[in-house]
Amino acid sequence: MLKGRSLIDPMDLSIEELDEIFKLADNIMEKPKDYEKIAFGKILATLFYEPSTRTRFSFETAMLRLGGQVVGFSEPNSTSVSKGETVADTIRVVGCYADIVAMRHPKEGAPKIAAMYSEVPIINAGDGGHQHPTQTLTDLLTIKNIKGKLTDSTIGICGDLKFGRTVHSLIKALSRYKNNKFILISPNELKIPDYIKKEILQKNNIEFVEAHKLEKVIGDLDILYMTRVQKERFFNEEDYIRLKDSYILDKEKLELAKKDMIILHPLPRVNEIAYEVDDDPRACYFKQAKFGMFVRMALMAKLLGVA
Amino acid sequence: MITINSIINGIVIDHIQAGHGIKIYNYLNLEDADFPTALIMNVSSTKNKKKDIIKIENDIDLDFKMLGLLDHNITVNIIENEIIKEKIKLSLPKKVENVLKCKNPRCITSVEKYVTHVFNLVDEEKGEYRCEYCDEIVTI
Repeated sequence: MLKGRSLIDPMDLSIEELDEIFKLADNIMEKPKDYEKIAFGKILATLFYEPSTRTRFSFETAMLRLGGQVVGFSEPNSTSVSKGETVADTIRVVGCYADIVAMRHPKEGAPKIAAMYSEVPIINAGDGGHQHPTQTLTDLLTIKNIKGKLTDSTIGICGDLKFGRTVHSLIKALSRYKNNKFILISPNELKIPDYIKKEILQKNNIEFVEAHKLEKVIGDLDILYMTRVQKERFFNEEDYIRLKDSYILDKEKLELAKKDMIILHPLPRVNEIAYEVDDDPRACYFKQAKFGMFVRMALMAKLLGVA
Repeated sequence: MITINSIINGIVIDHIQAGHGIKIYNYLNLEDADFPTALIMNVSSTKNKKKDIIKIENDIDLDFKMLGLLDHNITVNIIENEIIKEKIKLSLPKKVENVLKCKNPRCITSVEKYVTHVFNLVDEEKGEYRCEYCDEIVTI
């Protein structure tokens, strides 16, 4: 039963619940008209304590396409938050006005605190460098619909694996499906955190390799997940400038890849995927953004209990 | 050889890692106690060569979770009429609240002061705990 629940971590959902959401997302994609009024009278509050365009738009358009309405802020300086209001207080007040909340926050664990104090479902729309479960739902739905399966794949994840919250959530989620293997490609400074290695990969005996050069491993991959080296996650600019161009996918590297490999990216990209790659049939990152909106429609419909 | 009398009714905290006895003695506020106590340091031990022991001639309440966190090798002996009535082997607690603080500057607990700091044990052997909110690992 998903009605009334919050989604903070991708592991909050069982595989059966994920399947339920994916099935609804497929139905919505197939017959969007059947779902255009199911959330009539419901209000989504988008509390974005740090800037985001696509995730917020994705949530907002998803709610509008279900027939609901949207309120919120995308910049906390214009709200009571700038006066020092706590997350707990903000959420208790917003819960009086809205039926469901999507929260993005620069501090890790903030949506978890919100869910502890909230009377309405909270969806974590990204907390610091920690988790981003709806991006994970997006990634899983994209892989499932394009590759036809979530199992038996070699998944390469490239770029910022230390602060990239989408990466942590995706590894957690894909680790639950059988026979998946990970190749983690990053500079030393941006390697995957120890807790992901220990508690997810090693604990579940999942095969993984850490690599430094994309071109050396790209030929083994069924899925290549590229990430942006995010400036806002660094404490000093020198480190950012030194590392930002480390891992760029271009046509030359792509020639070494399998013909049916798919390329995913949570977007926005900076320069880690060259524009020349966009025309390649393996480039699926814009389709991925569309799947993201449909999966958020399905998730909110389930948490609101309207589908 | 120093001789310290055995106690009649009270508590013996045994197998404290050598050098850590004073930390536990201070944590229990025993320096201000109005009953007899003894901190015995560098006692020979078959397990770890040396150990510290605390003897308390009184029945006091002990927070076993906190003591386990300070030194999980400790054994607490409850003495009644000079006989060991109960032997309690401490271990690292599975969950601790408001004892450890998260050092991750990006953790919500660094700014929201009302939040209870919660850590869950993830590796008993290495003494590793994970922050409930941000997943940062701290080692005891």
